[in-house]
Amino acid sequence: MTESSRTPWPRDDLTRVPYWVYDAPEVYRQEQESIYFGPVWNYLGLEAEIPQSGDYKTTFVGDMPVVVTRAADGGVHAFENRCAHRGALLALKNKGRAKDFVCVYHAWRHDCEGNLLNATFSRGVNGEGGMPSDFDRAHYGPRKLRVTTLCGLIFGTLSDETPPIEEYIGEPVLARLKRVLHKPLRIYGTYNQVLPNNWKLYFENVKDTYHSSLLHTFFATFKVSRLSQGGGVIVSESGGNHVSYSLTHQGGEDSEFDKERLRANQEEQFTLQDKSVLNIVDEFGDGCHVQILSVFPGFVLQAIHNSLAIRHIQPKGTEETHLIWNLIGFEDDDEQMQVTRMKHANLVGPAGFVSMEDGAVGGFVQRGSAGSPNESTVVLMGGSSTETSTSRASENSIRGFWKQYRQLVSL
Amino acid sequence: MNPDLIERTRLSASLGYMMEDYVRAIDTDDLERWPDFFEPDCIYKVTSRENVEAGLPFGVIYADSRAMLQDRVKSLRDANIYEGQSYRHLIGRPWVTQVDGETVRAETSFMVVRIMRDGQSTLFATGVYQDVLRVTPEAIRLRERIVVCDSSRVDTLMALPL
Ligand code: FES
Ligand SMILES: [Fe+2]
Repeated sequence: MTESSRTPWPRDDLTRVPYWVYDAPEVYRQEQESIYFGPVWNYLGLEAEIPQSGDYKTTFVGDMPVVVTRAADGGVHAFENRCAHRGALLALKNKGRAKDFVCVYHAWRHDCEGNLLNATFSRGVNGEGGMPSDFDRAHYGPRKLRVTTLCGLIFGTLSDETPPIEEYIGEPVLARLKRVLHKPLRIYGTYNQVLPNNWKLYFENVKDTYHSSLLHTFFATFKVSRLSQGGGVIVSESGGNHVSYSLTHQGGEDSEFDKERLRANQEEQFTLQDKSVLNIVDEFGDGCHVQILSVFPGFVLQAIHNSLAIRHIQPKGTEETHLIWNLIGFEDDDEQMQVTRMKHANLVGPAGFVSMEDGAVGGFVQRGSAGSPNESTVVLMGGSSTETSTSRASENSIRGFWKQYRQLVSL
Repeated sequence: MNPDLIERTRLSASLGYMMEDYVRAIDTDDLERWPDFFEPDCIYKVTSRENVEAGLPFGVIYADSRAMLQDRVKSLRDANIYEGQSYRHLIGRPWVTQVDGETVRAETSFMVVRIMRDGQSTLFATGVYQDVLRVTPEAIRLRERIVVCDSSRVDTLMALPL
């Protein structure tokens, strides 16, 4: 579809989103420029992934490959994973340790902060060839990101205008991030879930609290969840960051489910034979056992029972997204806690009892809307505002996402 | 041939027979039989070579009892939503690494093609089963099965077990 044949998208309406935003290549290209290179904090990884000087990892900011390093002075740096010469990748591993980065192609050498140190044979060989005499190394080098850390998380930005991370996240959401990430972290495992859909469909799914007990029937089937249990959805001023949380559930009968005759099989009485997957340790001491938090454009922090995880949303073209999971805990977890977290991890991820559907549902929308680029999705639940809400039957945080999105991407 | 080698070859054939039955149970949608291949007290874990090599203990699935495997089947049947799909497992010959009384350790390669309802067939997973088995004249059962996938990527979701 050409740009001019698209249905226009009224600027001030956050309750409708035309389907063309999920598959148009020019929208994807514009997002690269306006979002990932714009005034946002891109999640880059965990400090625990690069604990020692010389450690590095590779990741992505939008389509751009990035190296994240810990330099000799202990500081964290990030730069484009692209050689200053002809553009080859500088780092070829997911993770490693290096004192410098020598490009394999023609051996140009860069330091751990991304500065070009040396261009091979720049003075020529036997007095012939080489770089022009005015070649200045300082002007050649991969792009550097401005880096910040917060509670063991590493974020990077390519814009000078991005405000400090605390301000960017916003106080109410920040407080709930610090609630979870309140002491040194350790990494327990990782995997990459490949989603057959546009990245925005996944980010909306994360912010969509309305679907949780409807699409995911595990808790309802085994009588452990209620839509009516206490909690809320906080949306940042910017719109793009959110946290949803619910207070403890005790199981038992769920009148809301019966009333609405929801899909879950109500005739048979289902119980788990091994209930250890539901034994919760109240590790934050506040009775809140489910919290999902997101920071625009690609960061998710999950605390579902005692399963803690970071999910990094990486776009891979208009119809593919990589979701990089890092299952985490704390350095001071004892063995018992480790086992508890490992069991609760069965609830999440591609084989998760309460979340495997999230891997597929974005693809259902992508496929379902393939013939209707000019139709729009409806985001009317709970009205039209992006205000914080106490109801999970609201799409306020999805509207919040579009609020920040549209601030950055002019379509 | 030395007697030890003959013994191992025989054992490998017996394990292989049991494992063919294991993958048949999954591939023919007879999932209710799947937990029966395990001891009541067992470990079943699906992880990746990346995690194993980095010494990271968590994977995609972890169960430490047969009851948890039965719960997983129940959940797949009655709670979880996923599009119609099936697997086709191809397994290699079990390589016996250790025999200690009735406890046998073996490694077996696998390859799984996933067939979606629309006919799309893709290579879903490859890897190795790292097993600890209890071999008695009556039965061969899994005490531990660590499914080490060669790749850390999982396409869309992993509904059926490996
Ligand atoms: S491309 Fe890196 S040195 Fe030539
Ligand atoms: Fe979900």
